Amino acid sequence: MGLVMGAFSMQGKQVDYHPDKVDDDLELSIVCHRPEGLEPLEAQTNFNKKELQVLYRGFKNECPSGVVNEETFKQIYSQFFPHGDASTYAHYLFNAFDTSDNGSIKFEDFVMALSILLRGTTTEKLQWTFNLYDINRDGYITKEEMTDIVKAIYDMMGRFTYPALKTDAPKQHVDAFFQKMDRNRDGVVTLDEFILACQEDENIMRSLQLFENVI
Amino acid sequence: MAAGVATWLPFARAAAVGWLPLAKKTMPKPPVDKKSRNDEILFVNVSGLRFQTWKNTLDRYPDTLLGSSEKEFFYNEDTQEYFFDRDPEMFRHILNFYRTGKLHYPKQECIQAFDEELAFYGIVPDIIGDCCMEEYRDRKKENQERLAEDTEAENATDTPLPPDSTSRERLWRAFENPHTSTMALVFYYVTGFFIAVSVIANVVETVPCRPPKGSKKDLPCGEKYTLAFFCMDTACVLIFTFEYLMRLFAAPSRCKFMRSVMSVIDVVAIMPYYIGLVMPENEDVSGAFVTLRVFRVFRIFKFSRHSQGLRILGYTLKSCASELGFLLFSLTMAIIIFATVMFYAEKGTKGTNFTSIPASFWYTIVTMTTLGYGDMVPNTIAGKIFGSICSLSGVLVIALPVPVIVSNFSRIYHQNQRADKMRAQQKVRLARIRLAKKGTTNAFLQYKEEGGFQGRGSDNAVCLKNRSSFEHQHHHLLHCLEKTTNHEFTDELTFSEMCMTESVGYRTSRSTSISSQQGVSTSCCPRRAKRRAIRLANSTVSVSRGSVQELDTLQVHKTSSGPQSRSSLNARTEDLKLNCEDRDFTAAIISIPTPPANTPDESLPPSPAIPGILRNSRPTSFTHETVKISSL
Repeated sequence: MGLVMGAFSMQGKQVDYHPDKVDDDLELSIVCHRPEGLEPLEAQTNFNKKELQVLYRGFKNECPSGVVNEETFKQIYSQFFPHGDASTYAHYLFNAFDTSDNGSIKFEDFVMALSILLRGTTTEKLQWTFNLYDINRDGYITKEEMTDIVKAIYDMMGRFTYPALKTDAPKQHVDAFFQKMDRNRDGVVTLDEFILACQEDENIMRSLQLFENVI
Repeated sequence: MAAGVATWLPFARAAAVGWLPLAKKTMPKPPVDKKSRNDEILFVNVSGLRFQTWKNTLDRYPDTLLGSSEKEFFYNEDTQEYFFDRDPEMFRHILNFYRTGKLHYPKQECIQAFDEELAFYGIVPDIIGDCCMEEYRDRKKENQERLAEDTEAENATDTPLPPDSTSRERLWRAFENPHTSTMALVFYYVTGFFIAVSVIANVVETVPCRPPKGSKKDLPCGEKYTLAFFCMDTACVLIFTFEYLMRLFAAPSRCKFMRSVMSVIDVVAIMPYYIGLVMPENEDVSGAFVTLRVFRVFRIFKFSRHSQGLRILGYTLKSCASELGFLLFSLTMAIIIFATVMFYAEKGTKGTNFTSIPASFWYTIVTMTTLGYGDMVPNTIAGKIFGSICSLSGVLVIALPVPVIVSNFSRIYHQNQRADKMRAQQKVRLARIRLAKKGTTNAFLQYKEEGGFQGRGSDNAVCLKNRSSFEHQHHHLLHCLEKTTNHEFTDELTFSEMCMTESVGYRTSRSTSISSQQGVSTSCCPRRAKRRAIRLANSTVSVSRGSVQELDTLQVHKTSSGPQSRSSLNARTEDLKLNCEDRDFTAAIISIPTPPANTPDESLPPSPAIPGILRNSRPTSFTHETVKISSL
């Protein structure tokens, strides 16, 4: 019995090594970020004061520390698409929002992107979209990048669709896209090609106006 | 979906711009939101404490009171705020739920009050955050257990039996609750006494008495006074057998009774005697017979019927079965380990006591329980070392489950205390309720006497005004009931007088025969008897057993009425003539006198009063018993 007791006490010692790790985690979570101020934000974005206030209150409530990291972002976005898996697309979206590339979205990033998407000109919107598709930010959308994006979007649909999803549906979709966008048939789409092609498409132009009244 | 996510919906919709160039078909039109987008501050006034919050905050949970349009019912136009007449302290927590998305349970609040508030605001308790969920669940379970105990206590077997119980039911009741009747109490004490006598006899008969003349050896008293002890034993066993048979006869479910612990103990206590009678005085068999005599000591367990503490101990041990099992298991493990070790440590020593491992068990047990008889002692150094480790660990192993058992015992004991307290308080509570009911009836009757209905002139107006509007409306309601049923409320005294001054024939079976046996009608209502006859002839009342009892109940106290009340009767003969028949009918049903003894409240037919009353009535003073049939 004494040996057993001794064994238990030995194990207890090992536990002592963990608290350091816990302390590290605590330190990280205390990091807080504050936006610069209402005036500069109002100047930089197309929102007025009241809208910025509403936006910030919502943002701060969900993320009291002032920043959103990728995990939280994925979780939040996934909640809107319960049928399928939205994590891949959320990853691309996160990168598109995180303009400073530091792994977290601050309120300024959030509000800037929203400003472009909701109140920006069509060119700005198309530019943002191009940025989203261009995963490696080299200025060209390759077929592989596009396939990744399209696959991520189809993942959000989930398994149960009508008509049933065929395995080559993303590929066909990408081919159609490139058919429309890639003017000089060089296998990549540049920003100018993209903007030009979209401006010629009535449907796209019309739908760009749809989301203006979201806020 | 979590409500907090609603904040992110605009962003998700904005991000949908990213799909546009890829879209194969045109996008659908977005829904038009007619409401104003501007976020406004709402004022919520909860019993004077003003809260302010954004409308958006409340809109986060649209399936609650505050998040839906239900709150518009509480909107006060004059003060432009939402007014709730509820607990402001609790509202703080409710509002925090909207703000943070987590519902916390305040530990100092009563669990039922909290539940009620949640139900009012339409919040499901499942949303309580993990931090407070355990506490909430524990308190809720505790509360439910307490309520279950209370209802059990209310249905306690202390209420008096209905009169139509058989002698068997009465007997069972007497056995289970000795304090309900004197006979039962006497029986209870007698059996207790005999249990004690039996146990003492068992003990004393083994004590050595002085040997009879001519013998040197000491004899145990049992063998010296064989006859005396035999007679005592026989008497005790007869009493126990009689008791057991009576219980078996009275038990509502014989199978269940025979399987209960107490009955098994009873059987085990009396069996050895009968077996001993039956068995011959054989040398071979008498060995087994002696063993049977040991079972006589189980009679001491019969005391658990008499002692609540013993029963509690039994319950505790039963409820701690798992802890006791664990204790036993760990002890067994330790005993085996140490016995083995000690055996092998002491193997080399010459003439050692540790002859085998089972032999070492005895040493281990004695050491672990710190008894230390000293009949087996290790000699080698290794043996001594392991022996000391053994005794140290023994203390620990035994000390571990004991607090659990103690706390269980304490909990059950307190529960029992509470149950007893509940029962005592219940009686007081019932008495108070009866008094309150009587008070309202009296108030109504007084109201009628003061002519509240007629609405006479200004002299009555003053005393009428002193009553609250609630009372006025209540009395109006009772008056409506009177008019509906065509009967009137009356009180004990008036009713009894009227019964005394008149008598109606009474036979159990036929209503027609009753009408034919009309007795002398009263001075106050000559018309009454006639009307009753007509009514009886019309109504085809088949008098069943139940209504016979009701008829019985209408028999009243033969109290003598004072001159005052009679004068009041005479003063209002006019009223009486109109209302008289109704009066005594309803009187029977509504304000039947509640004798101060052990009757329950008025809702039950007060039939327990009957036996006493019927017994008390002297048939010579009346030719017929009075009866009023309710032809409702």
